[in-house]
Amino acid sequence: MTVTAQPAVGEEALPGATGPTPRRRTGRVRRIALPYLLLLPALLLELLVHLVPMVIGIVMSFKELTQFYIRDWGAAPWAGFDNYSLSVDFDAPVGEALLHSFFVTCAFTVLSVGLCWLLGTVAAVYMQETFRGRGFLRAIFLIPYALPVYAAVITWAFMFQRDNGLVNHVLHDQLGLTDSPSFWLIGDNSFVTLLVVSVWKGWPFAFLIVMAGLQNIPKELYEAAAIDGAGMLQQIRRITLPSLRPVNQVLVLVLFLWTFNDFNTPYVLFGKAAPEAADLISIHIYQSSFVTWNFGTGSAMSVLLLLFLLVVTGVYLILTSRGRRAADV
Amino acid sequence: MRRTRAAAASAVTVSLLAAVTACGGGSSTDGGSNDSPKTLTYWASNQGPSIEADKKILTPELKKFEKDTGIKVKLEVIPWSDLLNRILAAATSGQGPDVLNIGNTWSASLQATGALLPWDAKNFDKIGGKDRFVGSALGSAGATGSDPAAVPLYSMAYALYYNKKMFADAGISGPPATWDDLVADGKKISKDGKWALAAEGSNPSENIHHVFVLGKQHGADFFDADGKPDFTSDGAVAAVKQYVDLMGKDKVVAPGNAEYAQNQSLQDFAKDKTAMVLWQTAATTLKSHGMSDDEWGVAPVPVQSGGPGSGTAVNSMVAGINLAVFKNTDNIDGSLKFVKFMTSDAEQKTLNKTYGSIPPVTAAQEDPAFNTPALKVIRDTLAKSAAPLPQVPNESQFETAVGTAVKDLFADAAAGRPVTTASVKEKLSEAQQQMPKK
Repeated sequence: MTVTAQPAVGEEALPGATGPTPRRRTGRVRRIALPYLLLLPALLLELLVHLVPMVIGIVMSFKELTQFYIRDWGAAPWAGFDNYSLSVDFDAPVGEALLHSFFVTCAFTVLSVGLCWLLGTVAAVYMQETFRGRGFLRAIFLIPYALPVYAAVITWAFMFQRDNGLVNHVLHDQLGLTDSPSFWLIGDNSFVTLLVVSVWKGWPFAFLIVMAGLQNIPKELYEAAAIDGAGMLQQIRRITLPSLRPVNQVLVLVLFLWTFNDFNTPYVLFGKAAPEAADLISIHIYQSSFVTWNFGTGSAMSVLLLLFLLVVTGVYLILTSRGRRAADV
Repeated sequence: MRRTRAAAASAVTVSLLAAVTACGGGSSTDGGSNDSPKTLTYWASNQGPSIEADKKILTPELKKFEKDTGIKVKLEVIPWSDLLNRILAAATSGQGPDVLNIGNTWSASLQATGALLPWDAKNFDKIGGKDRFVGSALGSAGATGSDPAAVPLYSMAYALYYNKKMFADAGISGPPATWDDLVADGKKISKDGKWALAAEGSNPSENIHHVFVLGKQHGADFFDADGKPDFTSDGAVAAVKQYVDLMGKDKVVAPGNAEYAQNQSLQDFAKDKTAMVLWQTAATTLKSHGMSDDEWGVAPVPVQSGGPGSGTAVNSMVAGINLAVFKNTDNIDGSLKFVKFMTSDAEQKTLNKTYGSIPPVTAAQEDPAFNTPALKVIRDTLAKSAAPLPQVPNESQFETAVGTAVKDLFADAAAGRPVTTASVKEKLSEAQQQMPKK
């Protein structure tokens, strides 16, 4: 790959080099080529780590890649758009299941990101005040973020067991809130389970980022506002939130992408076959490719997911940057 | 600058294409070689109580093999949750072990990948011939009509384990022989927090094993003669409904079992909470839960009427582990020698005794160790009334689709929602439509 990339970098500078003396010419070549040369290692690694697998995935999505061909998938027949039409035929079970999974994921993501942000911001704002034990509380709040995902989620899975789990022990045995012990890992409640674990796992990150953002807001602003007679809520609305805007823009985007693509949480909670109510798209795609050995269809679904996320991210970035420009004026 | 960008972009494209073509697919070489005749890599499935226990059990045997042949075997014991993914990855990349264990229900699916060495007459001759093995075990080693993709290593079958104390407390004299008896006995046992039968409702594979057998008893196969899925026949629907009804209608299975998938059944059984389990080889695990051998009994899995036999009197799948040789091996002769060693009468006796399974090698079965009351039931089942799961390439998709459908139906039953013939048929029809068209 080095061989193909390097001449291109040298080549481009030649026609543009119109300088009269050879010395100036080589100087210009150097000046233009240098940044590209410096970028080259990073570019190659980026290609290798990110783009190549993505392109292979896209190629796979146009193949009929079942167990008959995985050993030599160059020989797998081209499927054209068959994998895609199967995935988006929403009247047939495969497409219907994918659409259902997509809606579940959207609802889950909106709720999870919203709650993570709300909890994180509220906690961060309260933690701004200096009081005894603040450092201790901050440390406690960050624990979920520091724990290995698998260990944390499997603990939740134990707590959500119907017969021996802690959750039912408290809700049913001690508080008597339910008539009979509820199922949390199968059936419709599994959505709530997933949301609880996801928020528990995700909000410390929001807390951390918002806390960092708050440190950058000058104290004078609050003092001035207080002199003008602004109360706590007014201060939050007029000073804190607008100042946090750039931080929040990145935070929400990152949380959205992580939550939408979350695989570990549902996989550890529910195993290979998630209940319908908690059938997130990542686990759905895993099941469509690895469990049923149909990597072509799985790849097609992944590509659709990629396109969706690209569109959402693009629109989000355009909207927020326009908002920022407007605010700057 | 525009030219610069164009040139950089084309460079990127060219190198991408180069990379893509270079990475295109695994190796397509056929057959193995003998490039490294002194070493072998062996992937063993997790048969004992833990990975460590398996290493302890297998290492001395591998040393014996090394002493006999001078070939050093590198052992890796792989947990069940990873095994199939590891094999798929090995098949895709061509980088795998030389010899490996596979669950026998995967035989036809893995056979279709072409990654495993076919066992034709020539290869069988090198390990002492095909007729050394029990017929039903060989029937679970690949699609009918083609050379097996593996040879049987350990055989197992389902049996009904019952808790003697709980039976005595309920005034029941012996284990039930038919499903009607089981439900009648079950109603006597299922009260005051005690339950008659356990089910691993959230484990798709376990669901499939039972539903397949019940299907046979209702005269249904889940695949037709051409290997096409046929999940919605009356017999198949009746089979699934009968299994789920044990919880929903008959109320002899605890609703909590709908979320079981980690062998919690055996804990309940050992704690006198559940009186019966349908299991393959439970002895070792029951002992580890503190239950002594005389506290439980073993009987054949119930049938609809009469006694176990062939046809609609089948009462177990042919369960077991097969030993396969990876086609890309670089030590084909050594691999065959190793399979010969592992399937020799002596090794078969040693290993199957340790794991509590039945040797699929006829001569090794003669050993009195396989004649205990518990193993005799399993041996008889294997010989007379066990049928292999469908040996079709789409078997693993079937396990996922139908196994998950049964899991969802259990969730309905546990939540008190009605499970009717219509709702079962709808679920199975959805499962069938998810199967690959080709």
